Amino acid sequence: MKHLLGIESLNRDQIMQILETAVSFEEINQRQIKKVPTLKGISVINFFAEPSTRTRMSFEVAEKRLSADTYNIAVAGSAITKGETLADTALNLQAMAPDCLVIRHAVSGTPHMLAQIMNCSVINAGDGFHEHPTQALLDAYTIKKRKGRLDGLKVALIGDIAHSRVARSNIHLLTKTGSQVVLAGPATMIPRGVEKLGVTVTYDPKEAVKEADVVMMLRIQEERESGLMYPDRREYARFFCLDEKLLSLARPDAIVMHPGPANRGVEIEDDIMDGDRSVILEQVANGVAVRMAVLYLLLGGSNA
Amino acid sequence: MKLLIKNATICPGTGQSFPGSLLVENDRIAKVAPVEIKADGVDEILDARGMIVAPGFIDIHAHFRDPGFEYKEDIVSGLNAAAAGGFTAVCTMPNTSPVCDNIGVIEYQKKKAREEGNGVRLFPIGAATKGQKGETMAPIGELKEGGAVAVSDDGKPIQDSSLLLRLMQYASSFGIKYVAHAEDLYLSRGGQMNEGYFSTLYGLPGIPAVGEALSVARECLMAEYLGLPIHICHVSTKAACDIIAFFKTRGVKVTAETAPHYLLLTDEALGSYDPNTKVNPPLRSEEDRRAVIEALKNGTIDAIATDHAPHHERDKNLEFNAAASGMVGLETAVALTLKFVHEKQISLERFVEVFTAGYRMFGIEGGTLAEGSLADITLIDPSYTWTIDKNMFLSKGRNTPFHGFHVKGAVFRTIVAGKTIYTRPY
Repeated sequence: MKHLLGIESLNRDQIMQILETAVSFEEINQRQIKKVPTLKGISVINFFAEPSTRTRMSFEVAEKRLSADTYNIAVAGSAITKGETLADTALNLQAMAPDCLVIRHAVSGTPHMLAQIMNCSVINAGDGFHEHPTQALLDAYTIKKRKGRLDGLKVALIGDIAHSRVARSNIHLLTKTGSQVVLAGPATMIPRGVEKLGVTVTYDPKEAVKEADVVMMLRIQEERESGLMYPDRREYARFFCLDEKLLSLARPDAIVMHPGPANRGVEIEDDIMDGDRSVILEQVANGVAVRMAVLYLLLGGSNA
Repeated sequence: MKLLIKNATICPGTGQSFPGSLLVENDRIAKVAPVEIKADGVDEILDARGMIVAPGFIDIHAHFRDPGFEYKEDIVSGLNAAAAGGFTAVCTMPNTSPVCDNIGVIEYQKKKAREEGNGVRLFPIGAATKGQKGETMAPIGELKEGGAVAVSDDGKPIQDSSLLLRLMQYASSFGIKYVAHAEDLYLSRGGQMNEGYFSTLYGLPGIPAVGEALSVARECLMAEYLGLPIHICHVSTKAACDIIAFFKTRGVKVTAETAPHYLLLTDEALGSYDPNTKVNPPLRSEEDRRAVIEALKNGTIDAIATDHAPHHERDKNLEFNAAASGMVGLETAVALTLKFVHEKQISLERFVEVFTAGYRMFGIEGGTLAEGSLADITLIDPSYTWTIDKNMFLSKGRNTPFHGFHVKGAVFRTIVAGKTIYTRPY
């Protein structure tokens, strides 16, 4: 595997290999000295053309713990604001001979375009509404750790599916591993034809949460034409917010997930987010191990 | 100058094709016959065994980018691409810079085509509104005087129904019609591809197919109300086909075109994120594609146009949302459409008809092989197999999703007013 552009193109074995590799990296993250020389001399560029705190930091931590040399570009500080095309920027980065480009971009397909232009490995850190593969992998890692398996589970995915790359990557991953995915949200947030991806759709979050093993809430994306998606936050919260009452319909051992950043009181109530069934911060912790695994498999796997 | 074409399959555009020969004398067709024609003093005898001889094809929808964007295409390169594609006449859309909303631009285009072009006839379509802004009418009478064969705002369709109604009325006083790019700009806002399963899978903002049908319905209702003809551009959806068929049964004088890419590709192709698959209207679903083929077969759609939209690589090689819309089509349309003749989905006669119907739609001389008519002729070798190579295009545009496609059938020779202006370099 040279690139990680999405989950759709991976098979179940590849997914499981990444998750198994992440186990040993999780152990490193619990050591006193959290650094190994695995990717020494490897240079990784983190190119984030869209705001990101968690993912960007997570990649950087993962890279540094593997001793890679990391370089960060944010769009505001790059040549793109001076009118250079992305393709030209990519060629210039290519000229500096990096081993890997981690790219976050608001336009779907941009990592695929860069993978064609550049010789180095490309990791998709989120493209438009399309995919966010490392998020789905860290979610799967978290689920597997808590539930012991990735098959036969009922996973409720609630919120703005239409504009969510996290949803798409999770749908691909969980259906490939044999879990049942139920989507819920107002009809405006359920993209056309999504049933064909092997999921069940409901507009009633109660139906989705009922007997679920995993309840994954998605962020309301105010920046994406929200005026056309729902009337206001108050109305949205009234019908789709995960509170104690809604969660009580899930299996007693159900876990609550959120890819962050969360809108407290809109899609998830504070007491649930901070409650004992929430694994939201575990997701973040596991994200580092999973990204270390991805970097290792793409960049160091062959000579290790 | 005398040219004798013999042993050909003559396909006159209307009526049955037949084996026969054709004699061109100077700029006119002197004789057409189902037997070998005897003629003295012939300058060239062309043995066209296995070839189709048809009236010169017309493309009623092309973008030549001149004036203003000559780095994408200019009138000379556009006309060369047309000849290579078997077209002897081309109607060009007005989205140049400045916009073709005044007689100055029309005269410039006609003059450049006449003086610097290869002979292919150029028929500009004038802008319907000033600057294609959809606010006030362009000087339609003057555009007509300058040579405009129709008016259209093409890719910036008029949304204000009141303006559209008055404009159609006004244009009718000069005997020309409004050509509609059917799109509801509210519904397509921000969209990058057809809305459906594949836009969900690829995570690209969708354009609901219903927008085209809505606009087609409005335009047809206007035409019916006013008792005027209307032409619908590049039909891409099943719903639009159904609506056009409905209004045709009501006696509305609506004509419609589609383009080869809507017959051959679907929204599944966008999965490559290749900006060459980005076009407006977008590639639609498989169901739509089948319906458009059916509409072409049954006469709901009258013509094939290319919507030839050349772009420079630097307008295309961008993030998908930022990439320009459109694909070149002049040099691939005939070969791509012949596929349906080979598959016996459409007859040879129908094939020639859809490439020549534009003459009658816009009142342009041509589209016939009748004796005494202008000797504009397209010769096609239907069995020649080749691979589409964008680097061989005479157009400046290389933006095609068909690069590498294996096709059967090629334009062999293009003749304008008795003069061969293109011969395929086999």
